[in-house]
Amino acid sequence: MARAEDDAAQAFSRVVENHRLPIFRFLLASTRDVDLAETLTQECFLKAHRNWGSFRGESSAMTWLMRIAINLQKDHWRNRRLQFWRQTRTNAVDLDEASDWLPSGESSAEQRLLARERVEHVWRAVEGLSERQRTVFVLRFVEELELSEIATSTGLSEGTVKAHLSRALARVRTELGGQR
Amino acid sequence: MTEEFDKKGRAGEPAGLEALDPTLKQALGEFKASVHAWSEAELGRTRTARQGVVHRTWRLAASWSLAGLMLAGTLGGGLYERHESQARAATAAVEAARERAAAEQQAREQEQKEEEILASVDTEVSSEVPNAMEPLAILGDETESQQKQ
Repeated sequence: MARAEDDAAQAFSRVVENHRLPIFRFLLASTRDVDLAETLTQECFLKAHRNWGSFRGESSAMTWLMRIAINLQKDHWRNRRLQFWRQTRTNAVDLDEASDWLPSGESSAEQRLLARERVEHVWRAVEGLSERQRTVFVLRFVEELELSEIATSTGLSEGTVKAHLSRALARVRTELGGQR
Repeated sequence: MTEEFDKKGRAGEPAGLEALDPTLKQALGEFKASVHAWSEAELGRTRTARQGVVHRTWRLAASWSLAGLMLAGTLGGGLYERHESQARAATAAVEAARERAAAEQQAREQEQKEEEILASVDTEVSSEVPNAMEPLAILGDETESQQKQ
């Protein structure tokens, strides 16, 4: 009995170790708020730990955790007590600061500048997306989940996921079109 | 439009990404790399993140304090201005009352002076003609009665 509990605890520890970064990254990309992303990541694993016994492995641990994270994020924004903060987004990093994080592969200063501009345009487009479009976009192009995994995580059909992605990409294209 | 997501992508690339135009593809790749770099850095520096929280808390506290001070200043200024205007109005009312009282006093004095003059004139008019002037008075009366006749 005690051994089974130990095994379950170890299995859960491995899940946390393997999925903490993707969950935090998804929440960070969705909110641009480091503190909020950390808090929601902790809440996500706390909730997962409480329900670990009911996880049947029908979907992957990643999609299961992602679903919890998406719901927590929705609950957070829906919380009426936080409506004011939703409007002001006091802790959210601004687009300029978020775009400072660049891939290290760019060789010249000019290339880095152009890359930074492109990243900022994508952030701007992401900011203009609806909550659902943003979630689908981040899961696809940051977490690189398959359409079926996105559908499972969000509870949407694959067709709806595709439609959201198309609209999100159209927005990014428009934003980048202004840059070109 | 949605067909671009149906294709299976190359290794290490999300499905459908190869169907996108090069600029969009490049931008999405850079965005992904940027978010990955940011999240890894944030998770790796718990201490700095805590410091950030402290700074944010301090900033929040400072901004609320400043807002409170500004509110107190505005309210205080308003109250002071109101108090000042009330004080000015009270002073003006006292001054006006004083001027009114002085004018009334002056009018009363003037009236009294005039009454005194009239009283002295009456006294002088009603006083008897001195004996030395009596013949002239009789003569005046006679001349007057002759003219009437």
